[in-house]
Amino acid sequence: MMILSGDPPRSRTLSILLVVIVLALLATPFIFPGAKALNVAAKICIFAALVASYDLLLGYTGSVSFAHTMFYGIGSYAIAISLYGLGPNWASVAVAVAAGLPLALLLALAIGLFSLRVEAIFFAMITLAVASAFLVLASQLSWLTGGEDGRSFQLPELLRPGTVFIGKEWFGFPINGRILTYYLVLSACALMILALLRVVNSPFGRVLQAIRENRFRAEALGYRTVFHLTYANCIAAVIAACAGMLNALWLRYAGPDTSLAFSIMLDILLMVVIGGMGTIYGAIIGAAIFILAQNYLQALMSIASTAASEAGLPLLPGLLHPDRWLLWLGLLFIASVYFFPTGVVGRLRGKPAAKH
Amino acid sequence: MSEIAATDTLPKPRRDIAPLLLPVVLALLMIPLVGSASSWVTLTVASLAMGMMIFIMASGLTLVFGLMDVLNFGHGAFIAIGAYVATLVLLPLASWAQADSLLTNLAVLVPAALLSMGVTGALGLVVERVLVLPVYGQHLKQILMTTGGLIVAEQTMYALFGPQIIPMPLPAALRGSFILGDVAISKYRLLALLIGLVIFVAIELVLNRTKIGLLIRAGVENREMVEALGYRIRRLFLGVFMTGSALAGLGGVMWGLYREQVHASIGDELTVLVFIVVIIGGLGSITGCFIGAILVAMVANYGGFLVPKLALVSNILLMVAVLMWRPRGLYAVTSR
Amino acid sequence: MSALLKLSGVETYIGRYHILQGVDFEVPEGQTTMLLGRNGAGKTTTLRTIMGLWQAKTGSITLSGEPIEKLATPDIAQRGVGYVPESMAVFSDLTVKENLVLAARNGPLDDAQLAWIFGFFPALKKFWLSRAGSLSGGQKQMLSIARAIVEPRKLLLIDEPTKGLAPAIVMSLIECLKEIKRRGATILLVEQNFHAARELGDQVLVMDNGTIVHRGDMAALAADVPLQERLLGLSLEAHQ
Ligand SMILES: Nc1ncnc2c1ncn2[C@@H]1O[C@H](COP(=O)(O)OP(=O)(O)OP(=O)(O)O)[C@@H](O)[C@H]1O
Ligand SMILES: [Mg+2]
Repeated sequence: MMILSGDPPRSRTLSILLVVIVLALLATPFIFPGAKALNVAAKICIFAALVASYDLLLGYTGSVSFAHTMFYGIGSYAIAISLYGLGPNWASVAVAVAAGLPLALLLALAIGLFSLRVEAIFFAMITLAVASAFLVLASQLSWLTGGEDGRSFQLPELLRPGTVFIGKEWFGFPINGRILTYYLVLSACALMILALLRVVNSPFGRVLQAIRENRFRAEALGYRTVFHLTYANCIAAVIAACAGMLNALWLRYAGPDTSLAFSIMLDILLMVVIGGMGTIYGAIIGAAIFILAQNYLQALMSIASTAASEAGLPLLPGLLHPDRWLLWLGLLFIASVYFFPTGVVGRLRGKPAAKH
Repeated sequence: MSEIAATDTLPKPRRDIAPLLLPVVLALLMIPLVGSASSWVTLTVASLAMGMMIFIMASGLTLVFGLMDVLNFGHGAFIAIGAYVATLVLLPLASWAQADSLLTNLAVLVPAALLSMGVTGALGLVVERVLVLPVYGQHLKQILMTTGGLIVAEQTMYALFGPQIIPMPLPAALRGSFILGDVAISKYRLLALLIGLVIFVAIELVLNRTKIGLLIRAGVENREMVEALGYRIRRLFLGVFMTGSALAGLGGVMWGLYREQVHASIGDELTVLVFIVVIIGGLGSITGCFIGAILVAMVANYGGFLVPKLALVSNILLMVAVLMWRPRGLYAVTSR
Repeated sequence: MSALLKLSGVETYIGRYHILQGVDFEVPEGQTTMLLGRNGAGKTTTLRTIMGLWQAKTGSITLSGEPIEKLATPDIAQRGVGYVPESMAVFSDLTVKENLVLAARNGPLDDAQLAWIFGFFPALKKFWLSRAGSLSGGQKQMLSIARAIVEPRKLLLIDEPTKGLAPAIVMSLIECLKEIKRRGATILLVEQNFHAARELGDQVLVMDNGTIVHRGDMAALAADVPLQERLLGLSLEAHQ
């Protein structure tokens, strides 16, 4: 209870679901051997943290930001550039953290303060514009970022797959640097999510919700909403940057498509809405559902598409093509905003988690 | 009704012309920086033409927001759809479009543009009913729903037209330039400029001279009172939404011809530009939108010529600068 | 005397707040009914509920016997209800003329009607082509009332027309309203100014905490100082 900051899942099904997900993630290296399963599990962890940080903004302050991938990208690129330029050692990782997090913080502060100076309604549009400029910048400054190709790099010795701690003889597969990296990612993400739970359940988090419900009333009650919103922006940005760092470490690569693309922003939005806004737990559920679907549903669509084209049906093969899976997600997204605005978590809890 | 002579007038509020002067001043400032007069003319015409196209795309968005407080994040999809639909006419009739006669060219271009506007206008109807109306008055959900609409529209276009870039060659009669001394002015840019101006004037006339226009302006200021006078503002809004969508479609056709190619991603690319224009202009203001579009295009063209590296972030810098000066955009209309 | 407007058991919520807690009254045709009450009593909310700008949660509202509580605002307006809101809500970006053109829903402005309006609101003629936003507060109020009477309406809902106006202007506004009354208009008038209320009212309703706490003849209330004190916390003498 302490560790959950006094905000338990409040639904039996939800608790079971969360326990299953967490156990599965913990045991992935042992029960689902193979690179793909581990990749999927790591991605779920990273996105759960990333989406949770986004939930702090969307669900708890009610502001839509399209710049979240920018912070994610800053983290990714900080690791990539540093390890690529300074060599694969821990000092480079430290440099990346020391440079990346303050950069993310400063940018969040700048956007926050600037947006607060202008009308609230501009926020979503401004963040979209800034994020797209950042994307262009990252793909154009190729001397630094590797341009469209991105940057691949080597990890510090300890995290490399070649570093074997326990040989094959024990589990039938070696416990190596890769698995260590996985657990590093898993525990860091868990920590971030618990930290976010702590934040939203602190008095600060309650003020955020008060602001979301009625900004004027919150102001009338004497809260400096400007300060609170900017602070929330900064926390979310720093956590997104951390998630980006883990993402780069896991992929041993950073590029526009894996960290900055608009499509990732859409993925985040989908996950947060499907999971349930304003719950933090929704991030875990949303990330798990979404990433599992992304990795395994596409195979299913491929089969369906081939079947449809063999049956000679018009249009369907194109619509069911695995590349079109975003189309179905888009429809799912609209449907969930419309029919289940409270997401899976809200549904399971039985009463609206976020009011209205 | 007979004309009533006002026996007196109140001092008109001083017309706020500083924003109007902004593009002019910017263009003049660029003369010494650009150096050669012919490049300056070319750049300026290019800016104005591009500005007009962006204005056409953005005008609907700003009115839709001003009138009903609706933020349509899927607006860019209409732009891309407009361009795609035009290729349905332009490509099969390529021989007409490439014939060396202006009339034959127009005989295919005009129907293509009209078809695009028809389709995007009709889609506007669907979007308003399905995505906007159910979440009317809730910004957060509006943004989410219309963003979802954008994904669906984009993916449908990929499914229907394929992921490849579709060429959209300019009709023969619009290729090339008029040469005046050592200044070359592209014919198509001139045409774009003309169309943009016509649309701007038409919108201004409708807004200022017709009862519908009066209702729109009144509705932007106070929606409730318009209803209390007995007008169904929802219907008015639907009309504005459809017109805005159709204009976005037209803008898409013009942009496709300008770039001579179409791809579903132009929606994303232009959404950002259009948003910046709408923010700079002040949500709800047509004049602001017009100036904003020209400014954005000028910064892109002059900036791209003078400091190509800066072009990447120049729009953001412009937006920051304008909002520092006027936090609500050049002309703030709504009191909301 | 038949009731033109009839409210029974009307309850209105604004968000979570229960503002109107069962409002019942009638507005007789051809008369001026005053709606008085403390600040925050729910007078504006009553008018907005009649106008359909807030939806009544329960209860019925009928206009000439036809239920209107489920209708949308434009439909209510089209049944002949004119509304002058507390905030006046003139379209400041439009000229005086344009404001009235919009208010004349059924066609072009009628010269005779305009001449009648200019008779007591000469300022509107004077500034016919000026932006409404540049008018003074009193002139805006005149424009707002003119909008409601530019075409004949069955019922006028007028919310605190004298609010924030100088005494001299209040006097002339009272004269105008009397003139409108003389044309046979039915008016539901919210007023804080008791002097104006006494001058204009035939019937009177007093509201408190979202219900009607007194209904009767205006003349009777004007004559009964203790009752005034009890209902409104003021005495007429002290107020003049
Ligand atoms: N938009 C709103 N949201 C929440 N409460 C409201 C809103 N509008 C009015 N109220 C509340 O409803 C109650 C009645 O308000 P109303 O405006 O009807 O009073 P009134 O009698 O017109 O007062 P006044 O004489 O000050 O105009 C008040 O307590 C007010 O605080
Ligand atoms: Mg009131």
